[in-house]
Amino acid sequence: MANKTVLYQKHLEANAKMVDFHGWDMPLNYGSQIEEHHAVRQDAGMFDVSHMTVVDIEGDNAKAFLRYLLANDVDKLKVSGKALYSGMLNETAGVIDDLITYYLTDTYYRVVVNSATREKDLAWINKQAEAFGVSVIERPQLAMIAVQGPNAKAKAATVFTEAQNAAVEGMKPFFGVQAGTLFIATTGYTGEAGYEIMVPEDDAPALWQALLEAGVKPAGLGARDTLRLEAGMNLYGQDMDETINPLAANMGWTIAWEPSDRDFIGRAALTELKAAGTEKLVGLVMEQKGVLRHDMPVYFTDANGVEHTGVITSGTFSPTLGYSIAMARVPNAIGDSAEVEMRKKRVAVKVIAPSFVRNGKQAF
Amino acid sequence: MSDIPNELLYTASHEWVRKEADGSYTVGITEHAQELLGDMVFVELPEVGDTLSAGDDCAVAESVKAASDIYAPISGEVIAVNEALEDSPELVNSEPYADGWFFRVKPTDDGDLENLLDAEAYQAVIDEE
Repeated sequence: MANKTVLYQKHLEANAKMVDFHGWDMPLNYGSQIEEHHAVRQDAGMFDVSHMTVVDIEGDNAKAFLRYLLANDVDKLKVSGKALYSGMLNETAGVIDDLITYYLTDTYYRVVVNSATREKDLAWINKQAEAFGVSVIERPQLAMIAVQGPNAKAKAATVFTEAQNAAVEGMKPFFGVQAGTLFIATTGYTGEAGYEIMVPEDDAPALWQALLEAGVKPAGLGARDTLRLEAGMNLYGQDMDETINPLAANMGWTIAWEPSDRDFIGRAALTELKAAGTEKLVGLVMEQKGVLRHDMPVYFTDANGVEHTGVITSGTFSPTLGYSIAMARVPNAIGDSAEVEMRKKRVAVKVIAPSFVRNGKQAF
Repeated sequence: MSDIPNELLYTASHEWVRKEADGSYTVGITEHAQELLGDMVFVELPEVGDTLSAGDDCAVAESVKAASDIYAPISGEVIAVNEALEDSPELVNSEPYADGWFFRVKPTDDGDLENLLDAEAYQAVIDEE
């Protein structure tokens, strides 16, 4: 039996097409994933992300523990509520998961990890936590709704209490705050403004309904994938996994090398990889007909006439741009053009940094 | 349940065929097929004047999810294609049996029609999937 989120019934009410997503029965779309995509880019959409795993880390050594566990440095977080994106690496610098950590106090952090990796993440975190004496507490009783789009905040404001609105007033991107029963964060996976809202399960259907009545359109996994890919955001298991180091996954910016005396899991291996040079993750754009897709081979010839091969990690049709985009992991020598083999022929593509759309507009 | 109009003929590969008054046949993909594919983003059509043999891959329906070959249900000459799909591929989703048609064929061999499925037989194909 697949797991169901507490919003399952709301999805059926909205005519969702449900699919299995790593053991969860989740909405793929509510009719048209392209219309849902546009709703998020142009107005406001909402996603049920209750399948994601919330883990609280508490204890005197919470900070020291997370500074060792994560490649990014939680010591950068000085203001309560501030969030940090990081990879969690193994000893060989492979990415076990990517996650967001919220700093609440020096002894209390909240971490949100992927649902597909929940079991191995918890096992890893618990194992590493032993030496630090911190408690690792999963919060399965929290549902989560992401409200995203240029009008998302304004529409969410109509369903928040006065106190909640006061709590989020002027909150900068990548912050979270506990306000009443809700934990409201200015994070997301779409490249638009908005909130990710953690809500006690019992209250989640009413919050979903209120947002629906405020004009927020339900959006499914299909739109979530095209939105995150346009925004150049990685999908764990597709753009990186335990065999890929963060430098080869466009996550170099999430590695805190300084202070140099901070030890974190994978640091030694990553230092060697960096010195030796690794592959990199780039963006591909193809303006002619057709759709770039996961696993298609990428070819290019370097300055010395040597042909190199890479692979598309994520590809899709970009509803905002009207043509296909992709992320590809390729040897470092790549220039500004390449070829992709699709349907038995090679097609020219443009190579860019992997960010395609930000705040509704072309980003390259 | 997908709509499967009784007056049409079908293939096991999810094309539909409709006889027109002038003796030609219009071809499209079924509602079930468009549901499986999801939002359509590109449609590649044959050219008017092309000669098709039954079973040829002669068009491509590409959705956000996948690219799918479309096979000629019958042999014949392509006498019209639905140019509206160039700018509005979503018609395949919204009106698979009407404005979402793909192309029209003047048949060379009416015997091909005997290989097609009626609505009941096509329903059985879907039920087995």
